[in-house]
Amino acid sequence: MSATLLMIQALNGLQFGLILFLIAAGLTLVFGVMDFINLAHGVQYMVGAYLTAAFAAWTGSFLYGLVLALPTALAFGLVLEVLIFRHLYDRDHLDQVLATFGVIIFLNEAVRLIWGAAPLSVPMPEALSGSIALPGGISYPVFRLVIIGAGIGVAALLYLLVNHTRIGMLIRAGATNAPMVSALGVNIRLLFTIVFGFGAMLAGFAGAMVSPILSVEPGMGDNVLILAFVVIVIGGIGSVRGAFLAALLIGLVDTLGRLLAPTLLRMLLDPAAASQTGRAIAPMLIYILMAAVLFVRPAGLFPAKR
Amino acid sequence: MSQALRDDPAAAGEGRVAAQPRTGMGLLFRAWLPILLFGLLALVPLLAKLGAEGFIISLLTRVVILGLAAMALDLLIGFGGLVSFGHAAFIGIGAYSVGILSSHGQEDLLVQLAVAAAVSVAFALASGAIALRTHGVYFIMITLAFGQMLFFLATSLAAYGGDDGLTLSGRSTLAGRPLLKGDVTLYYLSLAVLLLAYLLCRRLVASRFGRVLRGARENEIRMEAIGFEPFPYRLVAYAVAGALAGIAGVLLANQSEFVSPAVMSWQRSGDLIFMVVLGGLGTLHGAIIGSAAFLLIEEVLSHFTEHWRIIFGPLLILAVLFIRGGLVGRLGRGL
Repeated sequence: MSATLLMIQALNGLQFGLILFLIAAGLTLVFGVMDFINLAHGVQYMVGAYLTAAFAAWTGSFLYGLVLALPTALAFGLVLEVLIFRHLYDRDHLDQVLATFGVIIFLNEAVRLIWGAAPLSVPMPEALSGSIALPGGISYPVFRLVIIGAGIGVAALLYLLVNHTRIGMLIRAGATNAPMVSALGVNIRLLFTIVFGFGAMLAGFAGAMVSPILSVEPGMGDNVLILAFVVIVIGGIGSVRGAFLAALLIGLVDTLGRLLAPTLLRMLLDPAAASQTGRAIAPMLIYILMAAVLFVRPAGLFPAKR
Repeated sequence: MSQALRDDPAAAGEGRVAAQPRTGMGLLFRAWLPILLFGLLALVPLLAKLGAEGFIISLLTRVVILGLAAMALDLLIGFGGLVSFGHAAFIGIGAYSVGILSSHGQEDLLVQLAVAAAVSVAFALASGAIALRTHGVYFIMITLAFGQMLFFLATSLAAYGGDDGLTLSGRSTLAGRPLLKGDVTLYYLSLAVLLLAYLLCRRLVASRFGRVLRGARENEIRMEAIGFEPFPYRLVAYAVAGALAGIAGVLLANQSEFVSPAVMSWQRSGDLIFMVVLGGLGTLHGAIIGSAAFLLIEEVLSHFTEHWRIIFGPLLILAVLFIRGGLVGRLGRGL
């Protein structure tokens, strides 16, 4: 294994982590402000990817597809909020889990019904399809760098929004103590609808950005959803900063773990057994990491509630 | 401290457990419902002789097996207030105990049951020790994550079929004889296991242990104040529920003669929760009724269209929004 491969995988891990952050950011705020567990957040990611695929096929351009998909994903999230989720805020977590689980089942099947079970592919924009030479003699796909850039950009924007605007202040206050914010005369339901729609759009944006490099298929949001859960549990529910750091950590550990686990085990075991065990252990690494973090800090690294 | 107060389960617990009927008829019904249920389950195979026997027996066997796993989950959700979203992992442990042991030539049912229960308890103690340190939403997500961990472990077991799973060479044997070969025998064995497990759970929730568990669900701080640390009680409940689901996994592998990671997917965990809630939380036999209702809905809907989930999803949402107290609560009130 060479240093070049390690660098490329580190960049892939960074890109994966930033995608996870885009999904986890909305999820952690929804949890934080309304104490609402939304399993259907992963399907927003899938819907974003499908909308981009559909609009890109219609307009013939990924960029137009993306631009059209974002407001549609936002509208879609708001429709779900008004139709279903709004009726669940006063219910306990069990009801929320079940009802949003029903939404996943419905949307996964609806997507299969409309676009078929076969994966769709989205054409990569011509200008971004090549590779670029990075220092150290690494050649890396431009589009993945664009994803990294977009992820960092969104993270910076979120930082400004959450920490330096009035609405951000209300969101932080809501995550710390929602009843108190409500008692001070803030319309917490409206605030939440805004947060929810925004979170849905971010997840849709993540789905749109990965649509040219991953296959767009039913159920693509399910695994990502569970990873996003791991991210917000490690980061601390309600904390965007925690979600950012945890998402990068998970992205890097997962990607590099798959590369390094067999190699490191080769020092202890014979090569065949090492690659076998390594492949078995690698996908478990992030869950072991989560267990370790929670063992030390049961409320995550940066808990918003005190 | 404030976290514990905020998560005060008393408010959430209220009205969640199936309403206790107060009328004489309702009370009578409630007492007889489990006997009626088990009587029906014991008699239906005789009626099935009239037609479509293979289909009905296979469906009923799955009702009984998943009912066992769902009942174990009810012990956690209904009595402990612990919403575990990774319960299918234990079914997977049971199923893979059969798959792995039989591929190495160990086909004895009792050995497989013992291994499945032991591994389930070990996994429950290890993961429960971490998960039970947390509350509410955290607990849901952590159990989900632990379930996924085992799921991915199973998909990476290339020697045992990986993603595709492995087909068993045959059903387990008892004392060297292929006693489970007949579908009807397997059904009655599963039913006997379910009945035993039901009686065990009944005793458990009526005991001092069960009262501590329910007390901790209603108000954790008060339980601590009167001298009970909820953690060990919850951990034991988690281990018992895990072992029962592991046993269900052994039976399920024998029923389908096939083991794959799909038995422990997180959707399966969601299905189990749905069965418990549909039947009625905190009733034990409600989970079995929920399992029957769930599998019947699945069977009927998939008869009409291959996209049956598009009807099933909204049904689930409507059930959550409108059926409170589950089917058992409904039935009790209706009389």
